[in-house]
Amino acid sequence: MTCDDLLKALNDYVDGRIDPAVCERFESHLAGCNPCQIVVDNIRQTITLYKAGEPYELPAEFRRELRRSLRDQWKRKFPERI
Amino acid sequence: MDGNEDGGLVTRAKAGDYPAFEALISKYERPIYTLARRIVGNVEDAEDVVQETFTSVLEHLTDFREEASFYTWLSRIASNHALKLLRKRRGLSTVPLDEEAVSDGRDLPRPEFIAPWARDPIEAGKDPSVRALIEKALGELDEKYRLAFVLRDVQGLSTEAAARALGISEGNLKVRLLRARLQLRERVTRALGDEASRVAPPSDHEETRHDDDVR
Repeated sequence: MTCDDLLKALNDYVDGRIDPAVCERFESHLAGCNPCQIVVDNIRQTITLYKAGEPYELPAEFRRELRRSLRDQWKRKFPERI
Repeated sequence: MDGNEDGGLVTRAKAGDYPAFEALISKYERPIYTLARRIVGNVEDAEDVVQETFTSVLEHLTDFREEASFYTWLSRIASNHALKLLRKRRGLSTVPLDEEAVSDGRDLPRPEFIAPWARDPIEAGKDPSVRALIEKALGELDEKYRLAFVLRDVQGLSTEAAARALGISEGNLKVRLLRARLQLRERVTRALGDEASRVAPPSDHEETRHDDDVR
């Protein structure tokens, strides 16, 4: 397996869906190729970083307006409950 | 996101308890706004998506059968609204987001800046400057790559579900996802990689043809 072949199989490897026969060649390439090993680590870290990231804060004025409009809609839907 | 503990709030909200509904909004407004921002790419459209999402949820709450977690249901509604808005903006309401040929991978962007990260990704993600950097990098991706990455890697949709949401084939989704991952890796590693430990790209990355190179 060349470094280029490894790139093509990267998704399946990172997602744990790689064919076992390909996986063996993939891992034996990684064992002898430090740059590819780092790239695989980097990809995993990149995904973790985006997944773990703190969410955006809603603009304060929009947040107030959203609450107000949802409360109004709720009143119409459950007139007896609010 | 684990939303299994929402059952009680959902039950109360379905019965018309507004404080329970408001508690659900408080809990999820930020993740939903973030999802919307990442899909549509700007504040105004993201606000519209959030408004439409919670309005839909309010209208259809009694139809929610609680087979999936509340957050899964909510985020599906939000991504559908966000994708619909993207399509509407382009005047392509019935046409799927463009399909591209599934290449053999020869034209993939090859890694250039290769270095182990100096920081743990979870810790780094708490740093506001890193947050700004990763959102900028995501915003600068081509839309088709950005959407594949957000739905599949950030939201955790299956390949099949993400492909269906985008109206493209699974093969196409995989190609887009790989390009997104490679491009984001490059951008983020340039910022977070440890320069002192940087290594040169492998030699067969620098040339175009090494089919019989056995390593």
